[in-house]
Amino acid sequence: MSKYLLTGCEASAEAAIHAGCKFYAGYPITPQNRFPEYMSKRLPEEGGIFIQAESEISAINMVFGASVCGFRALTSSSSPGISLKQEGISYLAGCQLPAVIINMNRGGPGLGDVTPSQSDYFQATRGGGHGDYRTIVLAPWTVQELYDLTYIAFDIADKYRNPVLILADGVLAQIMESVKFKKKKKKLPIKKWALTGCKGRKPNSIKSLFLTPGVLEKHNWKLYKKYKKIEEKEIRYEKYFCDDVDNIIVSFGTCARICYESVKILRKEGFKIGLFRPITLWPFPYKQLQKEIEKIKKIFVVEMNLGQMIDDVKISNIKNLPIYFYGRPGGGVPTSEEISNFIISCIKGRKEDL
Amino acid sequence: MKSIYKKPESLKEEITIYCPGCGHGIIHRLIAEVIDELNIREKTIGVAPVGCAVLAYDYFNFDVTESAHGRAPAVATAIKRLLPDRIVFTYQGDGDLAAIGTAEIIHSAARGENITVIFVNNAVYGMTKGQMAPTTLPGMKTTTTIDGRDVKCHGYPLKVCELLSQIDGVSYLERTSIDSVQNIIKTKASIKKSFLYQIENNGFSLIEILSPCPVNWKMSPKDSMNWIRDVMSKYFVCGIYKDKGVK
Repeated sequence: MSKYLLTGCEASAEAAIHAGCKFYAGYPITPQNRFPEYMSKRLPEEGGIFIQAESEISAINMVFGASVCGFRALTSSSSPGISLKQEGISYLAGCQLPAVIINMNRGGPGLGDVTPSQSDYFQATRGGGHGDYRTIVLAPWTVQELYDLTYIAFDIADKYRNPVLILADGVLAQIMESVKFKKKKKKLPIKKWALTGCKGRKPNSIKSLFLTPGVLEKHNWKLYKKYKKIEEKEIRYEKYFCDDVDNIIVSFGTCARICYESVKILRKEGFKIGLFRPITLWPFPYKQLQKEIEKIKKIFVVEMNLGQMIDDVKISNIKNLPIYFYGRPGGGVPTSEEISNFIISCIKGRKEDL
Repeated sequence: MKSIYKKPESLKEEITIYCPGCGHGIIHRLIAEVIDELNIREKTIGVAPVGCAVLAYDYFNFDVTESAHGRAPAVATAIKRLLPDRIVFTYQGDGDLAAIGTAEIIHSAARGENITVIFVNNAVYGMTKGQMAPTTLPGMKTTTTIDGRDVKCHGYPLKVCELLSQIDGVSYLERTSIDSVQNIIKTKASIKKSFLYQIENNGFSLIEILSPCPVNWKMSPKDSMNWIRDVMSKYFVCGIYKDKGVK
């Protein structure tokens, strides 16, 4: 099967089209401008609708409208833009509407910069918007995986009637890699709840407002059950060189990919180290990581932020092992050598754990 | 015996939350009558606002969705683009449309989205019990302008029809009132025209309706109607602000 050389933005956009996405609304923001540019040409070719919205807020609410009438819909942005979309994501969750949101994470807080970062981990995994809700978060580490996860994100969103967020970054947005395509989806799920006009049925409504006392509480418990089911069924992760290890690195996305090279360097030098990579950041693979932690001595967390994933790693750390953190916030991207040097220093007792 | 007056099919058998003398009930009925008359109930999709009409999906007997505060035109844009043969309208109050949702209404108009907007102007935030709205008149007392709206401090009311009339994407704009039986009949005709324009793929249209809010105005229903006639409609002058006609 032939491969295509694409940027992450293009690959993700193409995956959405292959997954049956018929609607995209977005707003220009670096480093993901190629996304709306690509969609503006490709989506209408496939019979879909592209709209350059007047704001990030409008874009996410257009996606809301597209989802209301049963279509697969997508928006993409980068950190400050994703902040603006949070109200809309909360409404999608409250109304139980499927949608896919791509965040090509850049440095923050505030306007930050336009270089790659993982600083939106808290925002992505802890809700971001108001209310008791969860967003499924997928974190790819290659352009191929960005394609693959975008492709399945629509299925997951439809299956649970819940927004799915892809947390990538500026590297994955702009890097060019070869990508294998999947088959274009022809059969999409039927959505009886969608608003299409009430011909031949009772009127449908979509809402997140429940004013009668106790009704919202029930609705929230219903969502809770759904989130529990997602925690049971949708956890994704990968581990590398973890069969014979004393220490492991926990890292996700682009940073995990750099760590993979660090692990190779360290193993050449005789260090028994492996890599654990959560792919779903929510639900986080707590039990799976716990299993790895049971057989090791030290945990290294490496992120392109100030250590936002550490909280989740701590939940898995039932043996209370020392955790060492190496982070590059504000758009810094580590090299595999600086990570391996840091780890050697830690193993030799020259660095303090957290 | 011949039935000459009944509940429109496009309204559900529901008791509304609206206060005595409120204009929303009248306007809901006008929309429902128009939808019945045009025989489009089964292909109409409504977009409810945040505000007093937030529960519109409980009252209209066709598909209706919620939308976040001010975002109804964005939601309607996507629905209409994806389902161009359906009839899509938003129902919005003055806070929703002319304050928090100003960007959405202006840009939906600029894109010439083929939707109908029913804009209910009662010069006050009703649902939250009477704060200053973007359409509160100069000198008008509200819970956040207890000495009356001072334009030096609170700025001027926004005249939505006048504002949108500058936008090329707009096909039809009219401001009407429901202060009298004649004006209610006129308002219905305007709503019908707006829906007909949509059916004809004529582009964006908006009907601004001056509507009473007796509880928050602290007036009787009758005085409220008089106030619309004597005061409100002097500032918000009724009439057609744009009409491109049918293409």
